[in-house]
Amino acid sequence: MKPFITHSGLVLPLDKVNVDTDQMVPKQFLKALTREGFGRILFYDWRYKQPGEVPNADFILNKPEYKGASVLLTRANFGCGSSREHAPWAIGDYGFRVILAPSYADIFYNNCFKNGILPAELTEAQIEELFQRAEKDKGYTLNIDLPNQTVSDNKGLVFKFEIAPSRKEVLLKGLDDIGTTMQHVGAIDEYENAHAETATMFDAVDVKYYTNGR
Amino acid sequence: MPAKTLYEKIWDSHLVYQEPGKPALIYIDRHLIHEGTSPQAFAGLRAEGRKVRRPDLTFAVMDHSVPTTSRLLPIVDTDARLQFEALEKNCKESGVRLFDMNSKNQGIVHVIGPELGITQPGCTIVCGDSHTSTHGAFGTLAFGIGTSEVEHVLATQCLVQSKSKTLHILVHGKRPKGVTAKDIILAIIGKIGIGGGTGHVAEYGGQAIRELSMEGRMTVCNMTIEGGARAGMVAPDETTFAYLEGRPFVPRGKEFQAAVERWKLLNSDSDAKFDMTVELHAEQIAPQVTWGTNPGMVTSVTSRVPDPHDFKDLNDQKATESALKYMGLKPGTPIVDIPVDRVFIGSCTNSRLDDLRAAAQLVAGKHVAKSIKQALIVPGSRGIKAAAEKEGLDKIFTEAGFEWRDAGCSMCIGMNADVLPPHERSASTSNRNFEGRQGRDSRTHLVSPVMAAAAALAGHFVDVRSFDVAHVE
Repeated sequence: MKPFITHSGLVLPLDKVNVDTDQMVPKQFLKALTREGFGRILFYDWRYKQPGEVPNADFILNKPEYKGASVLLTRANFGCGSSREHAPWAIGDYGFRVILAPSYADIFYNNCFKNGILPAELTEAQIEELFQRAEKDKGYTLNIDLPNQTVSDNKGLVFKFEIAPSRKEVLLKGLDDIGTTMQHVGAIDEYENAHAETATMFDAVDVKYYTNGR
Repeated sequence: MPAKTLYEKIWDSHLVYQEPGKPALIYIDRHLIHEGTSPQAFAGLRAEGRKVRRPDLTFAVMDHSVPTTSRLLPIVDTDARLQFEALEKNCKESGVRLFDMNSKNQGIVHVIGPELGITQPGCTIVCGDSHTSTHGAFGTLAFGIGTSEVEHVLATQCLVQSKSKTLHILVHGKRPKGVTAKDIILAIIGKIGIGGGTGHVAEYGGQAIRELSMEGRMTVCNMTIEGGARAGMVAPDETTFAYLEGRPFVPRGKEFQAAVERWKLLNSDSDAKFDMTVELHAEQIAPQVTWGTNPGMVTSVTSRVPDPHDFKDLNDQKATESALKYMGLKPGTPIVDIPVDRVFIGSCTNSRLDDLRAAAQLVAGKHVAKSIKQALIVPGSRGIKAAAEKEGLDKIFTEAGFEWRDAGCSMCIGMNADVLPPHERSASTSNRNFEGRQGRDSRTHLVSPVMAAAAALAGHFVDVRSFDVAHVE
């Protein structure tokens, strides 16, 4: 995973609370077999009119002044609903590297860190201030500094944000979780051996492919 | 020993490794996978030359995209067919049990887990699906994960986790007739809001929860995620043990008795502290109907569509305005005056035998209203379908004008052909009323199975308590 240290980019203000992951990637795109190419369909139903997938000029992602935005500013409980990781895949593939919101849904928040996206949490008042600044200044840019945990603009505004040290480390180093866990394979073996007796399962069902034994 | 909640007990007993100040590595007892969120995880494993560590603890099923019409016909949806083929190939290569769409045990992942006894008290259960919270009804720690974590569990049978806060939800008193588990959970979400449980694991208690069947408890735990909490749980009791005995994956004889003794220890200590407590009174809960575009936008059937100005918060006002526009509703409209185009009884929330029995009892000898374009009954599993047919429920439904389908996620998510057309309105027993959830521009109203059945007969929402209803779940 690509490490995340600092980022500066154009802000796209998406002024909605409770944006759910169904809006980011609607169901018909959950049939893909790969993680790539979801940027084109991010916010699909809001972004395109049917038939013919015509860009909806009223939707903020289609406004020319926000082309190339890489900082997504939004409202509370962002990413609620479905656990689909296709949502952060789409956000990342579109070009966003940072999300700024007062709160996030748990599963979505977690999924962002697996994809090198920083979901920074600011207070409601700070988010409101950023919305107002982004509204006034159409080319509004923010600088995000993860080591120092700050969000700043070019006019002197500096906000500090909180993040769990372990989350921060994952992004800074671009860590591969599985590789890290594999270092503790001895502890996993030990756990399994200690619990083998109560882990018995019977098995009398109509299935294919099961191979018992390890 | 300090007092512990049920969540903390399960957490502690699954701790594999932890460095001070860092997230823990916890062991996963059951990993459920389906065609929708697993192909990229297997591809990731393959790219790194990794293997599935415990195929014996991994259970695969086809549910999200399966047709609910005849399984003998070829799959016309190419993308869905490729997903099924990928799951089949991945299971075959790694020796994972697969309930394919022709297995007699096939069904929605969160329906067959409990039905087959894969779900057992005290277990940790994960699945790449947010409604994994369903399994918490058995006193398990169960939650949804993303595809990267699916890959992590496949490779290591563990997850990296930080401890959540605890939320105690107590529903006191006796549930009135016509008020179901679905109404209880919708009322809870209405009270705490869809982000109210974020960062928490919920445990449900109180008389109204204790008196629910396992089916009812599953409905409540299923929608815990709609209130923001990743997992919801109910401490196991005699109802739980009676449900589990004799199911295919549950130990038998002496081993079952030994398991029950272990399971009996799974409850929160009486002096355990929760980070947050929410209390409701079942007597005050009426049948619920959602009017908006998230499950927290809900009210009683006796009520009216709200006005955006009823809300103090500016963001809530805007969200309500936008929801009413999407839903095609005017403020002040009585809920019972909202007409319905289609009815869907199914999904991992409400597709179990109890749900179907309750709906069947209500529609027996009657007929769906002429204005209803389609009324679907989609059993949660083929096992439930067979059991319902044995009782003759299929005949009751088809004679009343419903379509009787094969098992799957169906119109809850509309990944197969069961889609709600643009601007049409459904009475749906599923779990999400998000924009476009059941189909682009479709309008979903979430209700209980008996409320959906009553709406099918009337052609609009109706207070099911005006029908002669038994005390149903």
